[in-house]
Amino acid sequence: MASTNMIPCGDFKTSYAADTTIFPTVTSRNAVILGILLLAAAPLFLDAYWLNLLIQIGYLGIAALGLNILVGFTGQISIGHSAFFGFGAFSSAYLSNSYGVPVALAIPLAALMTTVVGMVFGVPAARLKGLYLAIATLAAQYILQDFFARAEWFTGGVAGTMAEPFSLFGFAFDTDQSFFYVALAATVVMYLLATNLMRTRDGRALVAVRDHYLSAEIMGINLTKYRTMSFGISAFYAGIGGALYAHYLQYVSVEGFTILFSIQFLGMIIIGGLGSIMGSLMGTAFMVLLPEVMQALTDSLAGTSLDRALNLKDSLAFLREMAIGVAIILFLVFEPDGLAHRWRQIKAYWKLYPFSH
Amino acid sequence: MSGAPVAGTDIRAGAGNAGDPIFEARNVSLGFGGVKALSEVSFSVRKGELFSIIGPNGAGKTSMLNCVSGRYRPTSGKVFFQGRDITGMTPNHRAALGIGRTFQNLALFGHMSVLDNIMVGRHHLLKNNFLTGALYWFGGARREELAHRREVEEIIDFLEIQHVRKAMAGTLSYGLRKRVELARAIALKPDLILLDEPMAGMNLEEKEDMARYIVDLNEEWGMTVVMIEHDMGVVMDISHRVMVLEFGRKIAEGSPEAVLADPRVRTAYLGESDEPEPETAAAAREVA
Repeated sequence: MASTNMIPCGDFKTSYAADTTIFPTVTSRNAVILGILLLAAAPLFLDAYWLNLLIQIGYLGIAALGLNILVGFTGQISIGHSAFFGFGAFSSAYLSNSYGVPVALAIPLAALMTTVVGMVFGVPAARLKGLYLAIATLAAQYILQDFFARAEWFTGGVAGTMAEPFSLFGFAFDTDQSFFYVALAATVVMYLLATNLMRTRDGRALVAVRDHYLSAEIMGINLTKYRTMSFGISAFYAGIGGALYAHYLQYVSVEGFTILFSIQFLGMIIIGGLGSIMGSLMGTAFMVLLPEVMQALTDSLAGTSLDRALNLKDSLAFLREMAIGVAIILFLVFEPDGLAHRWRQIKAYWKLYPFSH
Repeated sequence: MSGAPVAGTDIRAGAGNAGDPIFEARNVSLGFGGVKALSEVSFSVRKGELFSIIGPNGAGKTSMLNCVSGRYRPTSGKVFFQGRDITGMTPNHRAALGIGRTFQNLALFGHMSVLDNIMVGRHHLLKNNFLTGALYWFGGARREELAHRREVEEIIDFLEIQHVRKAMAGTLSYGLRKRVELARAIALKPDLILLDEPMAGMNLEEKEDMARYIVDLNEEWGMTVVMIEHDMGVVMDISHRVMVLEFGRKIAEGSPEAVLADPRVRTAYLGESDEPEPETAAAAREVA
């Protein structure tokens, strides 16, 4: 059985501090730091197209992490996450356009505004569970979507709104190469904050509410507070993600934040692994990169003998969409615990290689 | 800690000591629609006491415990803890006041490690919140968590669950889960700890261990214990006082010997063996 902490033989902890680090070993910590440094060098050897994908993984990953805190860690459900993502995007654009708030400050402020909205829509969570809560969050989705279309002062109405590029100390991060660093830094910081949250009092309380809310209450946890708070935290992350999205594209349209987008967020965390921090990022990467991989596959199919024999032509595009769906279904059938679980098993395998015990 | 009986040859030495009542129930009734789970039950538990509630299945024992821990609110009557009326208080508020409990059917957080389960018990003692927690290294959350980890480790040592501290609670065996649940309740540092059938489904050895933990909790950790248990041997051995419920009514209360001798208790729960036997024996002889 693959254990969750793979500690090398002889690595004994001699203090509680050493036993509560984020990474179980120094090597694993250094590996992650090396990975981040390698990513930081990515603009040197990746073109704008790939950087764009990585930036997408960044801001979507932040929002997906927020949803994972709500769904995976607290056991609530939300199918209105894209509405919060959109609210963050519009708020940040609104703050910087109408009040001249510097973008670097507008992003966290927008996230705080989104938090408030998220907590308001999270209030039913104090009473509702499961499918009933899902329907209540569906209301959030449609109310906010309608608000985006009507509140011209805030969102620019159907025309959408322009957003300033992110800038710091007079330097504008308005290219893929430069904005990549903003997305990278934000992703690292937000993931670090969530990791810390989940290993301290309130994070444990959220998981306790998920696993057994009755005994959580007996342990002194205020259910209403933590359920609402979970919505708040989730909306905060969605707000940060949305605001980054707005200042990256420098334009926000009211049309993007549909229920389909919300379900995509759910797909990311289910594929990545519910209740796993890194799983959120893995799931986001999967959902962003899968269409690219499928595109490459269908492109390579074009013009081949198979293409000619079956006379695929335009059907290739449909084939691509279908293949994405099939890949997701196959994934869920064979890896229902998500990428994070698979990753742990791979690590366990290599730790024990070549002896499988 | 005051009022805890001094360990001696007779572990029931404290039974007679009139400690201040730490908990009191006054005329507690509880109804679910037409069903009366409890009617007019009054009792009090003295500080430092090991108090047992016994009775047949469905007598209302767990309902009574739920009224103490706050999961149910009595339909009428009041409950007092340390002189305070806590009848209307939520369970989480009561936990902060110092009431801890374990459940009859295991109620661990299955996907958390044993250590995290016990740390959840420290919830009301920890000060860090989602902000300071997320910032961890800044704002003192790390220091606080480590200090509480040290105290939690003491509980882990006491209950001898060191070997599973990193295991997922949901993967443990039944006996170990019961122990982890006890550890989690102890982590609250409660003044009053409620144990709902702590020995159910255990083998003799596990029962002996559990009885020892409970006596230690009471004597060394100074916790007042209210326990529901069906194993009469254990109840009679370690309790200072016993209350008997039947059909939601209190039918007896007192020292284990007195309760054992009560004829009503014998008919209701322990089984009457004196009167019917000669008759059946006679009937059997006739048939033969």
